[in-house]
Amino acid sequence: MKVPTASSEAQLEQLRREAELNGRVDRPGIRPAGSPFPQATSENGYYGLPLLKPPVWTWEVPTYFFVGGMGGAAAVIGAMARISGADPKLVRDARWAAAVAANVSTPLLIADLGRPSRFLNMLRIFKPQSPMSVGAWIVAAFGGASTAAIIFPRRLADLFAFTSAALGLGMSTYTGVLLGATAIPVWSEHKRLLPIHFGASAVASAASTLELMGNDQKALHYLAVGAAAVEICVTAPSHPLIRLGGILSGPVPLALRLIRGRSSRVRRAAALISLAGSLITRFAWVAAGKENARAYTAATDRVDDMRSGSENRNPIPQVSSER
Amino acid sequence: MAITGFLTDSTLCIGCKACEVACKEWNEVPSDGFVFSGLSYDNTVALGHSTWRHVKFVECEPVIGHGGNSGAQVTWEFSSDVCKHCENAGCLEACPTGSIVRTEFGGVYVQPDVCNGCGYCVVTCPFGVIDRRPDDGRAFKCTFCYDRQKFGEQPACAKACPTGSILFGDLEAMQAAADARIAKLHGEGMTDAKLYDARDTSVGGTHAMFIIRGDERAYNLPRNPEVPTVHLRAAWTSAAIAAGAIALGTLVAFAIGGRK
Repeated sequence: MKVPTASSEAQLEQLRREAELNGRVDRPGIRPAGSPFPQATSENGYYGLPLLKPPVWTWEVPTYFFVGGMGGAAAVIGAMARISGADPKLVRDARWAAAVAANVSTPLLIADLGRPSRFLNMLRIFKPQSPMSVGAWIVAAFGGASTAAIIFPRRLADLFAFTSAALGLGMSTYTGVLLGATAIPVWSEHKRLLPIHFGASAVASAASTLELMGNDQKALHYLAVGAAAVEICVTAPSHPLIRLGGILSGPVPLALRLIRGRSSRVRRAAALISLAGSLITRFAWVAAGKENARAYTAATDRVDDMRSGSENRNPIPQVSSER
Repeated sequence: MAITGFLTDSTLCIGCKACEVACKEWNEVPSDGFVFSGLSYDNTVALGHSTWRHVKFVECEPVIGHGGNSGAQVTWEFSSDVCKHCENAGCLEACPTGSIVRTEFGGVYVQPDVCNGCGYCVVTCPFGVIDRRPDDGRAFKCTFCYDRQKFGEQPACAKACPTGSILFGDLEAMQAAADARIAKLHGEGMTDAKLYDARDTSVGGTHAMFIIRGDERAYNLPRNPEVPTVHLRAAWTSAAIAAGAIALGTLVAFAIGGRK
């Protein structure tokens, strides 16, 4: 038998006051197991479920970004080398790099389609407001021009090589637009950065590839230094893979080239590191987009906009702090 | 042909999921798994390649008398979600094959015989609606029952709805009905009822509108959805600058270091 005491009665009074004040009393075991149940709120959205669909693209797409960008920039380098009267071996190597890259790019893009047999549907129409459509036409034209540049003799080859260089400028930059003009926040927030970032990465990888093919013109070295300097200035989101790609694209090859750029062995090491950095960069941006889409809810919307707020006189109350 | 619209009213929805079933049956949409989410009564979880209607169970922190309810009731909203059929549709603008088109009824329709599954629509939908079906390879979403509309029938979900929560008709009539319904609800004291149609955003309004209560974010509806084409100018400008810099930089590099 228990005897009511002052403290036991005070405890009961306290519970009553708490119940009156809060409408409920929370103690361990009072709320059902697992409670509080998930709530839909203005802060966690609809049970924290993602708003967007993550990109369905697999490894073929970032690999294509890398290979296609490299090929595009190689075509530009080849044309400039031809104009400046540089070593014919460099011109030839650049054209081969562009042609091989173009002919690797197309199968990669076809393989990524859900219905590869329908790849020609890409060329049914031309749609300037769709970067995917513009890109498909650039890839198709670049593939034709850069392949023709290694097949046809002299004059014709030059003509096709210059065409492929003009298209190559598009090849090495449009992929940034492709990612930038989407609903994935981490991509669209960097819509101005991505074309420049990918363009610099493409130049670095093209110069590096040509160096590894046995060309040691100063021009390639300068291009690689310039591209690495641009990559250092890139302010990318803090994603571990993007950061790794950035370090391998920017500071590491730049330091190697500036400190021991005279040594062709060091230049080749820097070239290999740049290529790895470029490849990792493209995979990193696609991975970052997937992670961003999975984590993003309507409640993490960046823009506090005008629509509601004032008309929202009875906002749905926020979830209790005990979660 | 008249431009048509959906008006989905969460204040009338009873969460029966007849719309989900009707949609699946009429459109012969395959199963998309059998999962227990643990999130209220919602085991459908989200719209997707094989879910074109999705009843959300918006369970909120209980507040007695919230939003004009009687003192004994708490807030628990049901809302049947669907493709918004945007006025400026991200998926339609992005589709490189021309598979996604605007129908004569104003809906956004994916032509399954054209889609090649490039996946670009998936990342350009600001509402996370359209998705690629892995075993099929093509992208799918609500067709607005284009086939039924061709025969003058209303979409399967609207026809199956037992409470009039899903209204279908002339778009302008739906907008008028929404305004009237909200005025009525406000008059009855449900002051948190409002229309969600993204009219004041770059999406430019939706052909599927929703009457919801409280904050749209609790319904996983973005406050400021943006059609991704708004990013095109800045991105292409940047690409042009990058291309110019590459051309010029390469020219300069070869001018000063072309010969060994």
